[in-house]
Amino acid sequence: MYSAADLRKGLKVQVDGAPFIVTDFEFSKPGKGQALYRCKMRNMITGNQLVQTYRSNDKFEKPELEERKMQYLYCQENEYHFMDTDNFEQIVIDKEHLGDNVNYMTDNMDMEVLFFQDRPIDVSLPMFVNLVVTKADPWAKGDTSGSDSKPVTVETGYVLQVPPFVDEGDKIQIDTRTGAYVTRVKD
Amino acid sequence: MLDIQGLCFRAAFFHSLRSFFVRQQFLEVDTPIRQPLLLPEFNIEPLASECWFLQASPELCMKRMLAAGCSRIFQLCNCFRKGERGRLHLEEFTMLEWYRTNAGYEDLMADCEALLGSLLADLGGMDFCGFSDGNLRAGERFISLQPPWERLSVHEAFARCSPVSIEQAMADDTFDEILVEYVEPYLGVERPLFLYDYPVELGSLARRKDGSPHLAERFELYINGIEMANGFSELTDSQEQRQRFERELELMDEERRRRSLMPERFLEELAGLDRAAGIALGVDRLLMLLMGKESVGEVVSFGPSDFD
Repeated sequence: MYSAADLRKGLKVQVDGAPFIVTDFEFSKPGKGQALYRCKMRNMITGNQLVQTYRSNDKFEKPELEERKMQYLYCQENEYHFMDTDNFEQIVIDKEHLGDNVNYMTDNMDMEVLFFQDRPIDVSLPMFVNLVVTKADPWAKGDTSGSDSKPVTVETGYVLQVPPFVDEGDKIQIDTRTGAYVTRVKD
Repeated sequence: MLDIQGLCFRAAFFHSLRSFFVRQQFLEVDTPIRQPLLLPEFNIEPLASECWFLQASPELCMKRMLAAGCSRIFQLCNCFRKGERGRLHLEEFTMLEWYRTNAGYEDLMADCEALLGSLLADLGGMDFCGFSDGNLRAGERFISLQPPWERLSVHEAFARCSPVSIEQAMADDTFDEILVEYVEPYLGVERPLFLYDYPVELGSLARRKDGSPHLAERFELYINGIEMANGFSELTDSQEQRQRFERELELMDEERRRRSLMPERFLEELAGLDRAAGIALGVDRLLMLLMGKESVGEVVSFGPSDFD
């Protein structure tokens, strides 16, 4: 159990049955008045923002959160299959719950899966992933359009802008926080 | 730790505060920081020291001095309030309090205007000031410190800024939330502002206003949306003060599970006090504004982060 006095940026609390993370926090106390704990919080499942002011006697449940090391196995009809690398238990997560993460996930990739009350709610990928370019238009010599980037498709089906020298079959590094190209990598 | 330039400014600021009050024939006093009993205030949680407490304010001792015959006194001291930590709060902070006999809260408002004028004259020449030409710098804007400052009643402030009236807010027990959310951000933005005449329930040591017994002669000074000082005409009716303390003690017991005792000796001596007024000013907050800083932790010699 947390009390309002424990609130701070980054704290995870349970509100109305859902896990929230505090993203902004301010303590205020008008003269002779009571302590107020003003919070901005993000619902860890829906991503919705909640702005709320609490008083010192407000209490919060600790959300039942657990991070497990898992391996992403394969995808079948928008269902993503994962295996717990400790006990080999397998789970399935829907595509919509994974959001943009699916752009960077390749078979047998290791990642952390966050569970709320035994329900998977989020995955955390490595900050950088290396993916193979599966489709790229050749760089037309004499292209005078002046553009310094072109779109390519990587093995996950994700399309991004890269420098013109990247070719089909190249392996490129992508920043999973922004989805942007970082560099070309050699095996 | 505050850098040397900051320490010099803080020292000059303290010196200027003191010389202002000395010039006005105030007596500088010092009272014990650690006391066996504090004034019962529901919303202030004291820090315990053995079986005694560290003062949350020097009010109790200073009012006993007034009752004993002092007519103008001031004190610059450290005060302690448990659990108050944030951009504008430190558990240990610096307080300036001054008291006058034969005076009301309007006299204290005039003192505030004169005090800032005096600080400006003394410190205006120093290098890193958050002010110039009688103006205080607040980001891109300037706040004029030229008196007279704005005066706005709590009733009027709620009528202007709040979605509900003051009466409704009191009935719903949402006064603090509405004040912080809707009212405070607009106070003292162009020039300092005195927010005055609070509902009497919100001033347990303040005198009732003549002709409006539901109001207390209490005010807060706001500069740039930040509360700087709290002053009031002192309640000197010992009998009524006892009743108000009884209510605070009840609330403390019921809602905070804190037990405290009635300050009998204070009440006894209060009976000997005639008309008086007193004010507490958050020195670190004022210094924060003058130095153009964002938090009080940046203007004390050692902030909490200096002990990490």
